[in-house]
Amino acid sequence: MLRLIPQFLINGIMVGGIYALIALGLVMIYKSTRIFNFAVGDLIMVGGFIAWEFMNAGAPPLLAIILAIGVGAMIGLFIERFTLRPMIGQPVLAAIMVTLAISYLLKGITLLIWGGHPKIFPRFLPGKVIRMGTLFLSNELLWTFAATLLAFALLALFYKFSKVGLDMRATAEDHQLAQARGISVRRIFAISWAFAGMTAVVGGVFLGLKLSLNLPLADVGLKSFAAVIFGGLESIPGALLGGLAVGILEDLMGGLIDPSMKEITAYIVLLGVLVFRTEGLFGLKRIERI
Amino acid sequence: MRPSGVFDERYEDDIAIIRTKAHWGILVVGLVLLFLMPLVASNRLLNLVNHIGIAIVVCHGLSILTGFTGQISVGQAAFMAVGAYTSGILTAKAGLPFWATIPLAGLVSGLVGLVFGLPSLRVKGFYLALATLAAQFIIPWLINHVRVDITGGVFSLVVPAPKVGNIVLNTQFKMFYLIMPIALLMTFFARNLVRSGIGRAFIAIRDNDLAAEVMGINLFRYKLLSFFICSFFAGVGGALWGFWMRAINTDHFTLMESVWYLGMIIVGGMGSTVGAVFGTIFFRLLDEVAREFAPLFGAVFPGLGAGVALALSPIFFGLGILLFLILEPRGLAHRWEIFKSYYRLWPFSY
Repeated sequence: MLRLIPQFLINGIMVGGIYALIALGLVMIYKSTRIFNFAVGDLIMVGGFIAWEFMNAGAPPLLAIILAIGVGAMIGLFIERFTLRPMIGQPVLAAIMVTLAISYLLKGITLLIWGGHPKIFPRFLPGKVIRMGTLFLSNELLWTFAATLLAFALLALFYKFSKVGLDMRATAEDHQLAQARGISVRRIFAISWAFAGMTAVVGGVFLGLKLSLNLPLADVGLKSFAAVIFGGLESIPGALLGGLAVGILEDLMGGLIDPSMKEITAYIVLLGVLVFRTEGLFGLKRIERI
Repeated sequence: MRPSGVFDERYEDDIAIIRTKAHWGILVVGLVLLFLMPLVASNRLLNLVNHIGIAIVVCHGLSILTGFTGQISVGQAAFMAVGAYTSGILTAKAGLPFWATIPLAGLVSGLVGLVFGLPSLRVKGFYLALATLAAQFIIPWLINHVRVDITGGVFSLVVPAPKVGNIVLNTQFKMFYLIMPIALLMTFFARNLVRSGIGRAFIAIRDNDLAAEVMGINLFRYKLLSFFICSFFAGVGGALWGFWMRAINTDHFTLMESVWYLGMIIVGGMGSTVGAVFGTIFFRLLDEVAREFAPLFGAVFPGLGAGVALALSPIFFGLGILLFLILEPRGLAHRWEIFKSYYRLWPFSY
């Protein structure tokens, strides 16, 4: 059992990459809008289905993904404009409930359009399973991991150097101050959601490659909540670390204790972090005043 | 808004829920009609009414926790599962009479609720929602994987039909007379609890927990008490569910169910006992409509595939919540207040 640990670690890191990618979408929205998107899993599922639909229509994979990313951005914009903008200034529960409602709406629409049967992506990624001694490395998960790292790197650069990225950080700091500096907070909200829609498509494609495209895909989004909380809600590096940590822990628990433990490891981590270190690794500790 | 001529002369008048003779009349006639209804109603309607009755019990609990104390919980269905399994195991395996297991189910569920309510002392808002989300996944997992010999695991736990003397409560008609009195009793309890000292403490915590603490409200005690009461209601509802379905499976207590209950109290109106009732009835009827319309919808758009029946329910639910949150965040209870003041003052509404 113990000599399997390196394999569990590798699997964990690779799966953790997916969690990190989803967590990234969550953190991006939370940072600028202070809304925690419970519909992230469903957005990912819908994103995957859209990409699949384009591929099914005969588009080459890369083009299909790019088109799907465009549609994903539009979905994000749509959600922001029609459901979350009226929620500005409403209590926390209203915002949570709106994202939960969107989650069920998306589930229903997915069932309506694509039905309940799983869809399978064509295997379009180059390469094959890599063997290193006794270790196996799936090429698809490797691509996923690379894409995750790329997305994180691009986003880090974006937040550091681009005008919009700087505006987003300013908005995250304080809405009123940002507005006073001439930043349109509404525009930032819209851009954040468009970004979230785009990352959801990427996440959906990679997750769809690993699992089949179906409704349970959305539940993976719930697991990435643990990653976000672990890393700290406001932190982008935290999302990466949290995703990897949850992925590794999940595989270790599943491999060493009981395979069914995989289902709840993420939630145990979530509960543990909430009880012992609410703000996570790199999150900001909030001081409250009356 | 009171109709003219109704004044409070004594303290009892001021705190009375039912103020006038007309009120009493409507209440008595309503109750009599409610309890005579099964004699004429179809089996299907009774099924729906029983389902609503159980959901009302569960919703009152959530309404006290989320609507009055302001602690968000997306784990209500899991606590319901605890109650259902407690009463199911006690009747099926330990042979206890069913009426004794219902309060026991509430107690056990309440104690489990206390455990998962502990994070509420450190976190609030959506952090707390995440903690209860963890409960929603951990509790069914424990039921399905620990002591499978008792719980039946992924196979359902079969519960014997409850018996009163020689009468076996095995039809919707007979179950109605078990579920509805309990639903009414719990409604009465919930309505009175929220205007007691405890209820006022809950409301103070909801409005601002730091300010409440400064006022001398023991947050530790009252937050946990709120969790206990919420889970107690869920446990009683779960026990009723078990006797009603007579086969318990964790598949009945999913996150989706929890979100439904949350949706019910939001649409009904947060922080309102009557709102919980309205919201429950509204969503159960909406669900029924979705089921009714599915074949029609499928016939109009034949290209949509076979998923229509399953798809309409979450779509209606999502749209319902979105529309209420955007257009009427105060819920049906607020509309009801507006309607009441309208007919009380009619025709001179100034």
